[in-house]
Amino acid sequence: MQAVLALEDGTLYYGRAFGAGGENWGEVVFNTGMTGYEGVLTDPSYCGQIVVMTYPLVGNYGINAEDFESKGSFVRGFVVREACDRPSNWKSGGTLAEFLANEGVIGLAGVDTRALTRRLRTKGTMRGIISTETDEPEALVEKARSCPDFSAQDFIPMVAAKDILRYDGGDPVLALIDLGAKQNIVRCLQRRGCTVVVFPPDTPPADILAQNPAGVVISNGPGDPVRAVSAIAAVRALAGKKPLFGICLGHQVLALALGARTYKLKFGHRGANHPVKDLATGKVYISSHNHGFSVAEETLAPAGLVITHRNLNDGTVEGFRHRELPVMSVQYHPEAGPGPHDSEYLFDEFLKLIGREGN
Amino acid sequence: MPKDKTLKKVMVIGSGPIVIGQAAEFDYAGTQACRALREEGLQVVLINSNPATIMTDANMADRIYIEPLTPEFVAKVIHQERPDALLPTLGGQTGLNLAKQVADAGVLDQYGVRLLGTPLESIKRAEDREHFRNMCLAIGEPIPESVIISEVDAAVAFARKTSYPVVVRPAYTLGGTGGGVAFSEEELRDIANRGLTMSIIHQALVERCVLGWKEIEYEVVRDGADNCITICNMENIDPMGIHTGDSIVVAPTQTLSDREHQMLRSASLKIIRALGVEGGCNVQFALDPESYNYYVIEVNPRLSRSSALASKATGYPIAKVATKVAVGLTLDEIKNAVTGKTYACFEPALDYVVVKYPRWPFDKFSFANRNLGTQMKSTGEVMAIGRTFEEALLKAVRSLEIGVAGLHMTELGHLPNDQLRARMARPDDLRLFLVAEALRRGFPVSELFELTRIDRFFLDKIKNITATEDLVRAARPGPARPDPLTWVPRTGTPTGAGAPADAGTPTGAGAPAGLMPGLLRRAKRAGLSDSTIAELLGTTSREIHRLRREQGVEPVYKMVDTCAGEFEATTPYYYSTYEEEDEAGAEDVRKVVVLGSGPIRIGQGIEFDYCSVHSVWALKEQGLQAIIINNNPETVSTDFDTADRLYFEPLVPEDVMNILHKEKPEGVIVQFGGQTAINLARPVEKAGFNILGTSVADIDRAEDRERFDRLVAELGIPRPPGGTGFSVEEAQRIAEQVGFPVLVRPSYVLGGRAMEIVYNSQELLEYMADAVRVTPKHPVLVDKYLLGKELEVDAVCDGETVLVPGIMEHVERAGVHSGDSIAVFPPQSLTPEIKQQLFDYTQQIARALRIRGLVNIQFVLHEGRVFVLEVNPRSSRTVPYLSKVTGIPMVNLATRICLGATLAEMGYRGGLYEETQNIAVKAPVFSFAKLLDVDVCLGPEMKSTGEVMGVSKDYALALYKACLAAGYSLPLSGKAVVTIADRDKDEALPLVRSLVNLGFEIVATEGTAAFLRSRAITVEVARKVHEGSPNLVDLIRGNKIHLVVNTLTKGKLTTRDGFRIRRAAVEMGVPCLTSLDTARVVIEVMRARQRGEAMPLIPLQEYVS
Repeated sequence: MQAVLALEDGTLYYGRAFGAGGENWGEVVFNTGMTGYEGVLTDPSYCGQIVVMTYPLVGNYGINAEDFESKGSFVRGFVVREACDRPSNWKSGGTLAEFLANEGVIGLAGVDTRALTRRLRTKGTMRGIISTETDEPEALVEKARSCPDFSAQDFIPMVAAKDILRYDGGDPVLALIDLGAKQNIVRCLQRRGCTVVVFPPDTPPADILAQNPAGVVISNGPGDPVRAVSAIAAVRALAGKKPLFGICLGHQVLALALGARTYKLKFGHRGANHPVKDLATGKVYISSHNHGFSVAEETLAPAGLVITHRNLNDGTVEGFRHRELPVMSVQYHPEAGPGPHDSEYLFDEFLKLIGREGN
Repeated sequence: MPKDKTLKKVMVIGSGPIVIGQAAEFDYAGTQACRALREEGLQVVLINSNPATIMTDANMADRIYIEPLTPEFVAKVIHQERPDALLPTLGGQTGLNLAKQVADAGVLDQYGVRLLGTPLESIKRAEDREHFRNMCLAIGEPIPESVIISEVDAAVAFARKTSYPVVVRPAYTLGGTGGGVAFSEEELRDIANRGLTMSIIHQALVERCVLGWKEIEYEVVRDGADNCITICNMENIDPMGIHTGDSIVVAPTQTLSDREHQMLRSASLKIIRALGVEGGCNVQFALDPESYNYYVIEVNPRLSRSSALASKATGYPIAKVATKVAVGLTLDEIKNAVTGKTYACFEPALDYVVVKYPRWPFDKFSFANRNLGTQMKSTGEVMAIGRTFEEALLKAVRSLEIGVAGLHMTELGHLPNDQLRARMARPDDLRLFLVAEALRRGFPVSELFELTRIDRFFLDKIKNITATEDLVRAARPGPARPDPLTWVPRTGTPTGAGAPADAGTPTGAGAPAGLMPGLLRRAKRAGLSDSTIAELLGTTSREIHRLRREQGVEPVYKMVDTCAGEFEATTPYYYSTYEEEDEAGAEDVRKVVVLGSGPIRIGQGIEFDYCSVHSVWALKEQGLQAIIINNNPETVSTDFDTADRLYFEPLVPEDVMNILHKEKPEGVIVQFGGQTAINLARPVEKAGFNILGTSVADIDRAEDRERFDRLVAELGIPRPPGGTGFSVEEAQRIAEQVGFPVLVRPSYVLGGRAMEIVYNSQELLEYMADAVRVTPKHPVLVDKYLLGKELEVDAVCDGETVLVPGIMEHVERAGVHSGDSIAVFPPQSLTPEIKQQLFDYTQQIARALRIRGLVNIQFVLHEGRVFVLEVNPRSSRTVPYLSKVTGIPMVNLATRICLGATLAEMGYRGGLYEETQNIAVKAPVFSFAKLLDVDVCLGPEMKSTGEVMGVSKDYALALYKACLAAGYSLPLSGKAVVTIADRDKDEALPLVRSLVNLGFEIVATEGTAAFLRSRAITVEVARKVHEGSPNLVDLIRGNKIHLVVNTLTKGKLTTRDGFRIRRAAVEMGVPCLTSLDTARVVIEVMRARQRGEAMPLIPLQEYVS
């Protein structure tokens, strides 16, 4: 079966349909990771997006539920050069196509994904329609142009926890404000002996404080951070009361809560090879990224924030601390999944921060 | 951390000659290192014994010493140059060992020389098995259980505890000699016994063998500030058990999940940190395909073959970055030369698949055991890039130049199924061809997996290839069929041809019936070559090419940019694929394409890459856009900043023509890429492109036997009488006419032994019975073998004026392949008249062939007369050597001549160039220790893999340096075994006397001993091999012999005594001389050594004063 991806600039990419059929719209983004497609597909931060993988062979090692980052997939479409239909790995429980079909995600294979990537790089992230109903490609382009603006969407409610969840570990007890958290954040904290209590994104701060957590982690998640109104308010209320650690969207929410501003990047950072420099030590870490927005550097200082990490490629802000308050925050993913584990030390630093502040 | 300001002068150690296991990759690494050092404003001193390298070019370092790579000579250079520091990690194992040796000898301390980059302690931690084991245990990285044994029983006890198979690695034997994998106690006893015997310290390591596990490699770089990155990971398609150099390798890994990849990546970083490497490092793992268990197998704390591959596969210049790290820079201070914007501190993202395929020398060594194991046997490799695995694999196969257009070998079609199974179970060089054959016969993937342990992923991919072949075959002319492909991927805009317009549309007239565009495109996307498609459809590749152009099924070119398109890059490094968007967009400028020389193989080595690079440089210097096509990842020519544009593609007509059609260059240069490029001259011209330099018609006149005979006859230049035999009888008739001995060779070489000197009718018949089949289509060439001195000339000619930079005199008489001969420049024994004669003949031939560029001519001086043997209308193996010693930039001149310049315009007169004061001796280097079953005797078939040079004002010293550099450990006294064929006995007599005078005791078998005794020479008699123990071979194996002189007796049956003597000598590292000519100069060298003369070092910059 044929499928097509129509971009709002009028470009069409034809290919073979795999996974689910139908039609869906989303923001078209590319990811440069060479492995880790299960993590990408199940990362709630991709909600509302059609993901293009730049590595041409996808699905080679099948699907392994142990490596999922959430219960299912939230991507709106998945575009690859070649989807492997005969995966080979001892952990594989099925093919990519089967997984997408089960999750209702439309797959598109056979596309010149490098050409598509270059287009997104040059023109910036675009809205697009992925469809297996391709009789009228012109109409699809029109549809892509009339899709709602990405920043006008509320994605967090679609992916975040609805109820409080408790992952028992030991001491300390940490709160995780779930904006669409990857499971690996919980796993990394549990591995460090923490108990993690997951709160829905609109939990009133008082409810979180009521549990007396040693610290609060604000998770990653999808969409424009300015839409996370209740989380921003909650974080503002928690600041100074509890040590805070923001990750990805959580980092942006933290910045907004403390008075800094965010902006949209042309095509974002999505991949597993981004160099981030820890300005305190001068050391560079290869890190896992997935973000389309960034914190504006010039707004940090007035908000009492100090830049701690910077992207070596484009110089953007990758992390900050508060000048006085026990607040640390990174734009990327110390929990990896997928990607390198080099930055897991940040969880240790947060625990240190708690130790310093907690008693 | 900025560059260390106290550094002014840095010394670099090169890797020496090309041998199996150490090829051109270190020229690439060394060249990048020298450039990187000079970029930082440092003075560079270089030592390397290999003249055929770019790194030993005058403009690469401030002072270059082409000297033997021994601790003694490294110390001499240090003494003479007083460098501040030494960079040892870019010259392969050779460079590393030397650095270790001079450091241990206290030389570095004595002269206050610092070691740059990875500290010596780290190197020891990685190289010493015991240290390495302790370190791995300390950081919790798993290593295979092992034990060091000196008795067979201990090995057996270990194996009983751990379970079979186990691998035996004898200590201190070269490259795994004597080791192997044992599957049972019986085998283990056998291998351990042999291994212990071969080990000089009677010791071996026995290790748990994880045969069949995935073999995975990581290339890691670390700087002095502890920043660590992995450049690339690679998966060996062949699982554990085959040396990684002999494995087909894919990058990045294909079957590893992110969890597995991150697990091994983290382990690599942990290891490089624990070692404290500052620079590049290679970590090899074995990964259980059924669990998360893995072992660390090996670490190379230096640049390696794998790092060269990783560099070319990713576009990341590892050698350059490692060098900058060594002088103190940190990764975040080094710019990414590819994007020009980002920094070297990142991990490349690939958006393509890379396949490396080894090139084995079994076409030359037909008697060698082709089975692959822990001992590397390949001489070189090719790399190919595609957007699908199938595409990359098939491009790699085409690039090998082994006469196949795809994974198909006709002769394998005759193998019965049981033999096919048996061969797949024991890996050899043809294993993927066997797999494809089995798939065509319908073997299930599961069975092939059981037999080969190649991951099902790769087997399935090969099955995709054979299945696509089936689809194409089904479209062979016959009743019309619907296109099996229902849609065609393509892009477009709504206003343009957005819809999948060509899906299912029948092709125009003239297309093979049933071959729809969709199918053609699908076949090309699956990597099938035009030739393969043509064969399946029963048509010609020309026709397929025409069809493709008609249907618009043409390749596009994509860039290797290190970042999967995320950032804009400007590196002009391209590969082809069948997709939509082309990024290479030909520029409208004056441009010339240089065809490279492909993989390193016997007979075509690094020297042709040297020539290609120089041609590219000359073109750039002339203001033209220089475009190179090549597929060898080890080379300087495939570095992204050598040419203005690099196409990493197979050097076969289809792929070359695709590029030419796109680029439309004003010309193509074929004379620098060895026979690979020359072979492309005809198809390139036929396709309507302009060959620059000597015309195709004239190339043909030099290469075609009949036409060449006519030419020299017209010129009145003598050549050995002979003719072409189209039948056995005719060949015999010619031989009798010209008289024995004769040199015979097939006009068409199918592989296998090709050329031989035969002394009588019986031998001639034997040759035609088992070496070549003579048919009217494949005749045999029979020439009178003229005993005499072989001479060689390289000349530059602009069509009129002929410049001969020098004449080279070969030490070994004609009959020993020129590539295997010791060559001396300037000649030591020629009269001015003979030299003039050689020049005159060269001039006549060059003019008659209208040579525009380089020509190489070989002569024999027989009984005072000069005969021409062979003319090669292209650059030769000796061009780099001659260019360096004479200071004449031969390739530069030749390239400019190709563009229309004359020698006079460039300031050169014709004639024989004035000889230099220095004597330069070029000596061949062999890799016999790595190739068991190969006879080491010299003959008309080339066997050497590399070369070295020795330079001195004194002939004997130049010879000595060359011999030393070539690795002959010449004894000054001891016992010499002398076994001489009857016809050589008289000639050998004075040589044996010289040996006696030098103080050698002579050992011989009965025949030779009787002869020598009759001439009053004292001889110790030893038994022949078949006479039982102890015999000559036992003596050699028992370390009792220091020199072997052995001339070839009749026949080449490998069971003969001579063969076993020669093999024993090679394996025990005893110099083995099979030519009396070589023996003569070696004795001269030993005499000079006994006199103990001083050996001044002359830097290359002072060769021509």
